[in-house]
Amino acid sequence: MTKKLWTGSDSKILPIFCIITFIVIIWYGFSIILNAPWEYDKAKRNSITLSKTELVSQTWSQKRPKLPTPHQVAKEMWDTTVNKKLTSKRSLIYHGLITFYETIYGFAFGTGLGILLALGIVYNRATAMSVMPWIVTSQTIPILAIAPMIVVALGSAGFSGLMPIVIISMYLSFFPVVVGMVKGLKSPEQLDIDQMKTWSASKSQVLFKLRAPKSTPYLFTSLKLGMAASVVGAIVGELPSGGGGGLGFRMLSGSTFGNTLHIWSGLFSAAILAGSLIAIISIIQRIVLKRMALET
Amino acid sequence: MVQSEVINVSNLDLTFVTSDGPVHALKNVDLKVNKGDFVSFIGPSGCGKTTLLRVLADLDEPTDGEVTVNGVSPREAREARAYGYVFQAAGLYPWRNVAANVKLPLEIMGYSKEEQLKRVKKVLDLVELTGFEKKYPWQLSGGMQQRASIARALAFDADILFMDEPFGALDEIVRDHLNEQLLELWKSTNKTICFVTHSIPEAVYLSTKIVVMSPRPGRIVDIIDSNLPSDRPLEIRDSKEFIEISQRVREGLRAGHSDD
Amino acid sequence: MLYFAGAIIFWILAWLVNIWISRQNESKILNLFPPILFGVSVMLIWEASVVDFEVSPVILPPPSAIYYKFISSIPILWGDFVQTALKGALPGYLIGCGAAFFVSLVADKFKFFARGVLPIGNFLAAMPIIGIAPILVMWYGYGWQSKAAVVAVMVFFPILVNTVQGMKMSDEIHKDLMQTYNANYLQTLLKLRLATAMPFIFNGLKICTTLALIGAIVAEFFGSPIRGMGFRISTEAPRFALDMVWAEITVAAIAGSLFYGGIVLLEKWITFWHPSQRGRA
Repeated sequence: MTKKLWTGSDSKILPIFCIITFIVIIWYGFSIILNAPWEYDKAKRNSITLSKTELVSQTWSQKRPKLPTPHQVAKEMWDTTVNKKLTSKRSLIYHGLITFYETIYGFAFGTGLGILLALGIVYNRATAMSVMPWIVTSQTIPILAIAPMIVVALGSAGFSGLMPIVIISMYLSFFPVVVGMVKGLKSPEQLDIDQMKTWSASKSQVLFKLRAPKSTPYLFTSLKLGMAASVVGAIVGELPSGGGGGLGFRMLSGSTFGNTLHIWSGLFSAAILAGSLIAIISIIQRIVLKRMALET
Repeated sequence: MVQSEVINVSNLDLTFVTSDGPVHALKNVDLKVNKGDFVSFIGPSGCGKTTLLRVLADLDEPTDGEVTVNGVSPREAREARAYGYVFQAAGLYPWRNVAANVKLPLEIMGYSKEEQLKRVKKVLDLVELTGFEKKYPWQLSGGMQQRASIARALAFDADILFMDEPFGALDEIVRDHLNEQLLELWKSTNKTICFVTHSIPEAVYLSTKIVVMSPRPGRIVDIIDSNLPSDRPLEIRDSKEFIEISQRVREGLRAGHSDD
Repeated sequence: MLYFAGAIIFWILAWLVNIWISRQNESKILNLFPPILFGVSVMLIWEASVVDFEVSPVILPPPSAIYYKFISSIPILWGDFVQTALKGALPGYLIGCGAAFFVSLVADKFKFFARGVLPIGNFLAAMPIIGIAPILVMWYGYGWQSKAAVVAVMVFFPILVNTVQGMKMSDEIHKDLMQTYNANYLQTLLKLRLATAMPFIFNGLKICTTLALIGAIVAEFFGSPIRGMGFRISTEAPRFALDMVWAEITVAAIAGSLFYGGIVLLEKWITFWHPSQRGRA
């Protein structure tokens, strides 16, 4: 049974393991290559020649490497999570939680807004015709690029703290939800709708008994996309906040002060945050769809 | 008259492994098909008729038994491009117009450009689709799409034609017309045709030999050699001989079902 | 309050017109009106609110101010556009697409590779890849190369995931047909599977047009020569020259829409045969 799990023709574990191993090996290799120039400079200044083994071991343990090795990143992450107090500004968890709250609120509002807009578009043709093109256009406006400005503007109008960042996060996540829900709410066949008509069903009955259940697969796909977008929104929203905290702030300060380990550990934490939240949605998706027998 | 054997099936067995357990699709199938025969396979769903056709075409592999096509294994026959296959759905590529669709096998098999043009014109003529070369599949009716699919199977020189319920999705009137055309085609080209259907009148009208099959497990119940003349206007369906053969087919089908 | 009231009245009237239009039969010309009317009414409300409620231009400039700034800064805006969109986003987009296609073909031919790469690709496509921007700027310097690199990484994963999905999509019946012709891998790939994959590939391409521009702009936040949309925004915003910032945003919106529209036209041309292009619901 375990053999099948590893090497069965459908098993994903072995190939994933191989690819990850491959990536890690290449990573270590690039660490040597990218960090080498600095080592050579240092050696020249001290008039020593480096042996091959010295080069390898030193490029893998620089304090400000151009490319930190996997174990350096892991150590940094361990240090800043386990070894720091939760309330310390040096703790990765402290920053992670800030980004987490921004993401969750932004996601919640974005999903709510998306569903409301979707309902408007599906039920009111005038809304659909006037608003839909603008919704698409809204995504071509690089909100990420004007995030700094939004934060500043809202700040001077009295909204400070997490609020502007939540708004940016919301802006990015509502779009996948609108698009997905419109597709989903419109997915029932003419056949089903006619059937409802023969039963004289009211509009809300049709909504709750037919359209909403039929749109659940689309909803979950959109939620996953929306969640990813919320995380990105939260991180970029933090950049101009200058001192608020969060993973984006951490990456920016790492970039400003040349602390590459901060950048990489921040990036990995963001990836883990997004990945876990999306995984939670996936699990809920599987449970719900199984119970609705839309997925076996 | 020496009849040359084109297809020989002996003791064929095929069991599919599915997530619901093994399915015995074909059991102990013996069959001989001669050159120029028009053989129909008829039976209810699950009797293995499509599976049998696919084994002959090397689209499925048997679990036991011997099959030869043109004296070699089905795989070698397929690699030698010995047959044309017409599926239940027309299966035309929507991004190619009719002429381009018919050209597809010719491109793959490496015919010259002049040959391609010549053959496309010829087969479109045969199925009465001249003038529709530039149309796209979605602009054609179901019957026309199937005719294009048949033209495609005729474009290259294969002496054998495998057809899997090609007219199943069409209405009766179109079907009758296509049946007539198919018979004309067969007579003028003298190809060996293996034809799967679940319509008794269609099977009796078209064939020189009718293979009646039944399900669970899929097996041959009866092989009927038709004594109908080769000249067959549609009215022949009301003749005594036609009705007798139809009854024999019906009995075979019932016998197969009585095991339920 | 006069202007604001006027703008609201206009909005209501425009809405009524839209409702009337929505009840008419489909007409290409009439269909243009609702979004335009909606946009115009929003602009009017915006302009009126700024004037009537005396909103400081530091918070939100009126559309008229943005328009004037736009007109008077065209050379600068053009230079920024060239730097960010043409030298940064476009090359990055093309490189990312090319790399994604190549990897998809490899994944198609070697199933083992595919089974490993796909889950990882799906995972990375959802990640905040934008976080790589500071790292890439550190490696490739301040010029357009680092921006192109950021964009390439950002578009690589969504296009990879979509292309691989598309390659799986050929109908069984089409594949069987190819088998009866004894077509080889290359023939089947070129004559069948690439065509069926196109609708999916374009899905990915469309999504990535907006990602590309955003990636290039945000990458400039982390370091840039004294040109570029991101650069301009990050320097003008702290100076509260918000009209310039919004002018840049307008450029970005126009550029993004044109890029997206271009891909949509290309899609219409190449996948002309797909039901979604043929006007079926």
